[in-house]
Amino acid sequence: MCRSHYYVADYDIKKLTFMEIAISIITGLMIIGALYAIHAKDLLSAVIACGIVGYGLVICFLLLKAPDLAIVQIVVETITLIIMVAVVLDSSREEKYSKPDGQGVISIITSVLLIIVLFYFFKLSIETLDVFGSGSLRMAGPYIEGATEKTGSANLVTGVVFDFRGYDTMGEATVLVTAVMGVLTILRIKGKK
Amino acid sequence: MKGDKDLRKGYLQMKGMTVIVKKTTQLIAGMVFLYGIYVIVHGHLTPGGGFAGGVIMAGSFILLILAFGSDFMHLTKEESGTTMYENLSTLVVVFLAASGLLFGARIFFLNWIPKGTVGQLVSAGMLPLYNIFVGIEVASSILTIFLALVIFKEEISE
Repeated sequence: MCRSHYYVADYDIKKLTFMEIAISIITGLMIIGALYAIHAKDLLSAVIACGIVGYGLVICFLLLKAPDLAIVQIVVETITLIIMVAVVLDSSREEKYSKPDGQGVISIITSVLLIIVLFYFFKLSIETLDVFGSGSLRMAGPYIEGATEKTGSANLVTGVVFDFRGYDTMGEATVLVTAVMGVLTILRIKGKK
Repeated sequence: MKGDKDLRKGYLQMKGMTVIVKKTTQLIAGMVFLYGIYVIVHGHLTPGGGFAGGVIMAGSFILLILAFGSDFMHLTKEESGTTMYENLSTLVVVFLAASGLLFGARIFFLNWIPKGTVGQLVSAGMLPLYNIFVGIEVASSILTIFLALVIFKEEISE
């Protein structure tokens, strides 16, 4: 099975496309938003700044031609933002800041070391990967090849999610059920006090 | 400081918001709900599916609760309906998956219903059924989390 079969083969790495520039700019904005969310004094503005990350991701998904993910992301982001704003308004808006003690210093050092190690292995592994967007993975070939005939679904994503990867989807549904159980258990203990 | 307190009371509280918000919500909430159903039912034809449509459906209920307040919606301390739908639809998904063990090649998650023509609304065998039940499950579980936040918060403040 030829790999370049389902991709435009003439990919030039030197030439940046419009999509890549746009994604770089949006990713930069997302990083700025995330940094602001960490350092903001007011928790409400920190929550709103978290929204920048989510909605930026929506635009990234749309540019990468993944409308399925974009729909889910935009709705989930909105609802989480509503819940987070409600929680912040109900509790306190000021962030409690305390100076790092001995344990805090140790965890800071550990996280810096972890970042260095991760970055090193990331640099090692990125050389063996394909160029971004070129070709598809070995597993994706049979999925793309005859998915419409095999599943009868016009939307390839649904075909993969519910047919080829049915176990994954069932696991996701079970995760939601478990999350609801956890929320109900924690909140019920608080409510009875 | 006073305005801050008023804003704080507006959220997740019994009274609800202003007339403008209420009227707009009355007009929009039904359409949002229908759009969720559309996204779920057309999941095997257009982008979207059970997860996206379920969250949109839950969003319409959350819109109503936020606009009108929990007092208007007659929320009681025990809202067991949403959890029941959630667990039942998860059970149905598992049963649908297990029904593949009874027919044909006897595989879990086997798509044994005839597939029909690609592009028709009724096609793709089991996939629309999975979409519908996963949609119900997602909608009710997100609504359950939101209702838990609303109801138990009122119990604390009493």
